[in-house]
Amino acid sequence: MDGGSDISAAVNLDRSAGDFKFAEDYAYDAGVGLNEGVVRYISGVKGEDPWILDFRLKALKIFESLKNPTHWASKKLDELDFSKIRYYLAKSDIKTRSWDEVPDDVKKTFERLGVPQQERAFLAGVEAQYDSESAYSNMKEHLAKDGVIFVDSTEGLKKYPEIFRRFFGKVVPIADNKYSALNSAVFSGGSFIYIPKGVKVKQPLQAYFRINAQNFGQFERTLIIADEGSEVLYMEGCTAPRFETETLHSAVVELVALKGAKIQYVTVQNWSDNVFNLVTKRGIAEEDAQIRWIDCNIGSGITMKYPGVLLKGRRARGEVISIALANKRQHQDTGAKMIHLADETTSNIVSKSVSVSDGRTSYRGLVYMPDTVRDCRNNTVCDALLINEASRNDTYPAISCSGENNSVQHEASVSKLDEEQIFYMRSRGIDEPSAVSLSVNGFINDLVKEFPLEYSVELRRLIELQMEGAVG
Amino acid sequence: MNGLEIENLVVRAGGKTVVNGLSLKVPAGEVHAIMGPNGTGKSSLSKAIAGHPEYAIESGSIFLCGERINGLKPEEISRKGLFLAFQYPVDIPGVSIANFIRACLSARLPEGEVLNVPEYYKKLYEKMDALKIDRRFTSRSVNEGFSGGEKKRCDILQMLMLEPKFAVLDETDSGLDIDALRIVSEGINSARGSGLGILLITHYERLLHYVKPDMVHVMSGGKIVKSGGAGLARELEERGYDWISVPGGR
Repeated sequence: MDGGSDISAAVNLDRSAGDFKFAEDYAYDAGVGLNEGVVRYISGVKGEDPWILDFRLKALKIFESLKNPTHWASKKLDELDFSKIRYYLAKSDIKTRSWDEVPDDVKKTFERLGVPQQERAFLAGVEAQYDSESAYSNMKEHLAKDGVIFVDSTEGLKKYPEIFRRFFGKVVPIADNKYSALNSAVFSGGSFIYIPKGVKVKQPLQAYFRINAQNFGQFERTLIIADEGSEVLYMEGCTAPRFETETLHSAVVELVALKGAKIQYVTVQNWSDNVFNLVTKRGIAEEDAQIRWIDCNIGSGITMKYPGVLLKGRRARGEVISIALANKRQHQDTGAKMIHLADETTSNIVSKSVSVSDGRTSYRGLVYMPDTVRDCRNNTVCDALLINEASRNDTYPAISCSGENNSVQHEASVSKLDEEQIFYMRSRGIDEPSAVSLSVNGFINDLVKEFPLEYSVELRRLIELQMEGAVG
Repeated sequence: MNGLEIENLVVRAGGKTVVNGLSLKVPAGEVHAIMGPNGTGKSSLSKAIAGHPEYAIESGSIFLCGERINGLKPEEISRKGLFLAFQYPVDIPGVSIANFIRACLSARLPEGEVLNVPEYYKKLYEKMDALKIDRRFTSRSVNEGFSGGEKKRCDILQMLMLEPKFAVLDETDSGLDIDALRIVSEGINSARGSGLGILLITHYERLLHYVKPDMVHVMSGGKIVKSGGAGLARELEERGYDWISVPGGR
């Protein structure tokens, strides 16, 4: 796209999109609070094999033993009351395959979000998560013909344990952090994807997540395995209606790119601002494999998310392209981790963040090259833009580089909104909020181009919305 | 009156009075030049006319085609038909020229109306060709990495696209080599034919060889101290500014 259609398109934007709610009636409800009974209930409803229940129960114990990491990004995590959260809700345990079978009120929600339109337009398959369970799932035939598996976590573990069990919980171990343990105990929904050897999936696979029950934590679990020489692009968009009380979203995403495979994982996160978004995302890249996280965080009250790649095979490549926008009362604590575990591995991190009002963005990076590897390269660029006086940005890069002929490059910049630039645009007839929005869009433009078309349009619109009322 | 009319304008910026009781009339279709040494308030005048928030109008009035514009926001002044070409055009990284000018034009449309894109590009290319700007520039970020001359041409391109009623050109000739000066002057002259009034702020006489002014004003100490015909510019070029006494000095 030519990048500018957003300006006229923004005029007709439906400002209430995502900001609404329908009454829900749940067939399965694990109640409020977390204990062994809840975990057993979830596993029972799903009819899981004993090994999965054991995995969940072990995770629950680890979760209970780990302290809340309030020292890390924000003390706000203390406000989370685990005894008041609902860990599992589902409409029904029968998943509908065709659009006609989807319940009417669910359909209405999807229609307001524009999911079916998107699906019609270009999607290969939709695995839209409606609260806990996938209410609507449809895969185009040619994907199935190629042997591509695109199912939710329950179905993946039940039907294809020989494929998924090998890596499930291996990329992100249960005990990685308190929230990965929590997810491991109560996970539900999410996408399990397997791309067979040499299959290059042309169209992006998409999941649309959303939270719609108050005080309900969403704990989706995603595992993507790209077999040797295969390629896939996966996209997730997240949105939540506004609630009276705080909500927790805590996902675990594991990617496995086997020899020569390529995985791109795209996220546009637009949770409402009382959502705690605490997500663990990590991939393993084998020889000559590539993993690319393209991550945009606009919503949530606090996000803590640091997509990582374990570069395990020679010449593996990892990339994180990250955009963060923090508006009033928001804190985007994001970053990247690149762990170089083989020779000639390369990684690239580009992070751009914008802070508006008293919004706060933090970049946390980890680049690790031990002395057992050689000829590795990392390049990191992180730029921050501050719009108002109260806006804040912090950068915390951690770099550990030893070994022969390894190199790490880190560039960081912080700039303030350029008043002369805004005047220049205004003197051409563009009003102040639009000028700020144009300036911000320009700032992140090179990264927005990395997003698939539909997402880049949506992203620009979301940013325009965020800029409203940022000045004046 | 059509054109630009300024009455007893006093402007403060950075704690100083930068324009001090200036009056000026430039009728539609005429070109007036303001000359004067550095630091005499010429650029401050241009910014005050365009509504720069840091240039506070203490007293006096600015009328554009009979309508008082001081106190309006810069974007409102622009939409009423005033154009300011900057002495130092500002970079807008990540925003292409094509998208920027399109946004400027779209901002002028009534709500619900959308710009006709094919017509827009047709006109854009036409004006770019006239200014000898490579068509590939449409996708380049506004002014980013441009040479001085390219920036000035980009500003004049915006002027030709926005079709203002009145243009204030602040040192548009600075940084231009002789070929670029000729091209830019042709652009200005073409707009002049359509009834555009122009206030040319310049340091040197050389632009006035290409864009013939109807009047030349000398500014000093924040006001006009002498006005005359095109001949005045030549005299200034030969004799400098010292012979013009400034009441009150500066």
